[in-house]
Amino acid sequence: MSKIVKYLKSLTLKEIRQGMFLTQKYFFKRKFTVRYPEEKTPKSPRFRGLHALRRYPNGEERCIACKLCEAVCPAAAITIDSEEREDGTRRTTRYEIDLFKCIYCGFCEESCPVDSIVETDIHEYHMETSNKKVITKEQLLAIGDMYEEQIADAREQDKKYR
Amino acid sequence: MMETLIYLAWTMAKILAIVLSVILVVAYLTYFERKVIGFMHSRIGPNRVGFLGFKLRGIGQPFADVLKLLTKEIIFPQKAHKFLFVIAPMITLATAFAAWAVIPFSEGLVLADINAGLIYVLAMTSLGVYGVIIAGWASNSKYALLGALRSAAQIISYEIAMGFALVGVLVAAGTLNLTGIVEGQQGGIFNWYFIPLFPLFIVYYISGVAETNRLPFDVAEGESEIVAGFHVEYSGAAFALFFLGEYANMILISALATIMFLGGWYSPIWGDSWLAQPSILWFIGKTAIFLYIYFWLRATLPRYRYDQIMRLGWKVFIPITIVWIMVAAVLKVYQIGPWF
Amino acid sequence: MTPELLQQVLFYLFGAIAIGSGMAVVSVKNTVYSALFLVLCFFNVAILWLLIEAEFLAIILVLVYVGAVMVLFLFVIMMLDVKKVTRSQLKSGYTKAALLIAAAMLVQLIMLFAYRLKSQLPADDLIRQGADYSNVTEIGRSIFIDYVYPFEIAAVILLVAIIAAIMLTIRKRPENKQIDASKQIHVNPADRLRMVSMDAEKGDGEES
Repeated sequence: MSKIVKYLKSLTLKEIRQGMFLTQKYFFKRKFTVRYPEEKTPKSPRFRGLHALRRYPNGEERCIACKLCEAVCPAAAITIDSEEREDGTRRTTRYEIDLFKCIYCGFCEESCPVDSIVETDIHEYHMETSNKKVITKEQLLAIGDMYEEQIADAREQDKKYR
Repeated sequence: MMETLIYLAWTMAKILAIVLSVILVVAYLTYFERKVIGFMHSRIGPNRVGFLGFKLRGIGQPFADVLKLLTKEIIFPQKAHKFLFVIAPMITLATAFAAWAVIPFSEGLVLADINAGLIYVLAMTSLGVYGVIIAGWASNSKYALLGALRSAAQIISYEIAMGFALVGVLVAAGTLNLTGIVEGQQGGIFNWYFIPLFPLFIVYYISGVAETNRLPFDVAEGESEIVAGFHVEYSGAAFALFFLGEYANMILISALATIMFLGGWYSPIWGDSWLAQPSILWFIGKTAIFLYIYFWLRATLPRYRYDQIMRLGWKVFIPITIVWIMVAAVLKVYQIGPWF
Repeated sequence: MTPELLQQVLFYLFGAIAIGSGMAVVSVKNTVYSALFLVLCFFNVAILWLLIEAEFLAIILVLVYVGAVMVLFLFVIMMLDVKKVTRSQLKSGYTKAALLIAAAMLVQLIMLFAYRLKSQLPADDLIRQGADYSNVTEIGRSIFIDYVYPFEIAAVILLVAIIAAIMLTIRKRPENKQIDASKQIHVNPADRLRMVSMDAEKGDGEES
């Protein structure tokens, strides 16, 4: 008997009707689409985007070519060459990051003893030819100069959790 | 001689008018689909492409899509059967458009008012499966062949349920002519056939969804299982033809449901007021309701498993339709209601 | 061009395509191609029927044979993945029997033509009907009124044949682990899931 009842009940398509009414309800609900270029979602100060090399306030570059970032990089995206400068300090002559290899894990930033290599919150960038995928030391320093304010601000906000 | 030529030219013009309007409706149907599904997902859907720098809620999106598809390269797989590979999308499109020849849009507004109209539509829609099978086989690809086999089995199974559902309408209307079927439903909403034939109406529509390989019956495409099924190897304009054929078939199924169960171009009200006048607008409006339900179903239901589809077709729909044809025959014999 | 001439031209055109594709069905080596040629053949025969104003039968031919039977044929051929037949295979086996049957059919056809030439058969021309003539009604009348018993008997025989075919081919395989969809659908959560309300247990002080 219950089999027949079940069969007849299945013919009423109850579950399907419930589902249909649910989707119809959402049809009229408020939409949450972010209209991207005009509207942007807030980003965390810990956001890991494009890399930058920072300088001290007096204009001296921070990087001391310790190569910790090169060693820790899981994707082997960082290449560093170094030599002694005239004043006897060790500095990099080459600091390149292959952005296609980079997985934006942020280990380089964590490993850096002098807070030199950082990841900024820039995520909208592109290169038009594939040989531009490697960014050089000059470019990294330039990014650092340009966004120093934002970088310092993000580090300040996150300071107490580090 | 001159008269023949004029007659031919006039017929060609009518065919062109129907085909062009179907293509235009297909273009905006894709836009409508994306908007409806977007709204049901709490998104807003396409809203970027417009005309002359105005976005107009993305109303230019279909044209952008068409241009994109037409300018893309058509790739031939190396081991494909060239001739069949090329002809498959054409078959799909041709059969999808051929069925429109007998659809009456309004009183007298029909290309070919033939006596066996309904059978003709069924024959043309059943031919559409050849496009799918040939495409699947000619592509020489595993996924395409799997999709073609699934599609063939599914379309044949649901064609039976669909045909039986239509037999109920034939019993009620007493004619195979589509104009005649609509005229049998004159006289307001209570004279429409969907009331006495309600189970057949539901079965017909669900079979129609299955017949056009739309969700939740889209195992022939099944993006997450067999990539894109039978048209996995197609690109550019050839893919566009499949797309066009599929959507033209969707509109056809909706238009047929309107004609056979919802009184075609007749108004739901009966009387002398301006609202009660029969008009093509009623036909378009009713067809749009069915098209909306297509997308509503797509946004609601997950894909059926293959054996469940077969079970639904053979073990549920066919018995129901057979039982209800009996009921309809009894109602016909005793002339019950305004319908018979 | 008069209508009669046009009809003749169309008849010979589509007749030639029908015969040609019929020949191709048996001569093409790839089975899928030969099935597709059979589809073409059916389609052209349907057009010939349209020419003699039997539009209902023509459309039914397309619907049943092209739309359903041949699709199943193609389905089976594609599933079985039949290899291309070599010439040596063609000569052996059933070829002799097939030739015999073909010869018998040819003789019958020739006899029919001979009778026709000697005008022993009525040679009436095609009867043109008015525009309001519906051959759907005529066919319905002859099937369901004039010849209702032969028709019903034929239907019952076909039904018996279908049931017999299913009974012969159905077999229960013990290793088959297919799930019964109707059982799955009628599963009730209450049969499988038991909601238990328990007090929170107190651990022995181990901190997690």
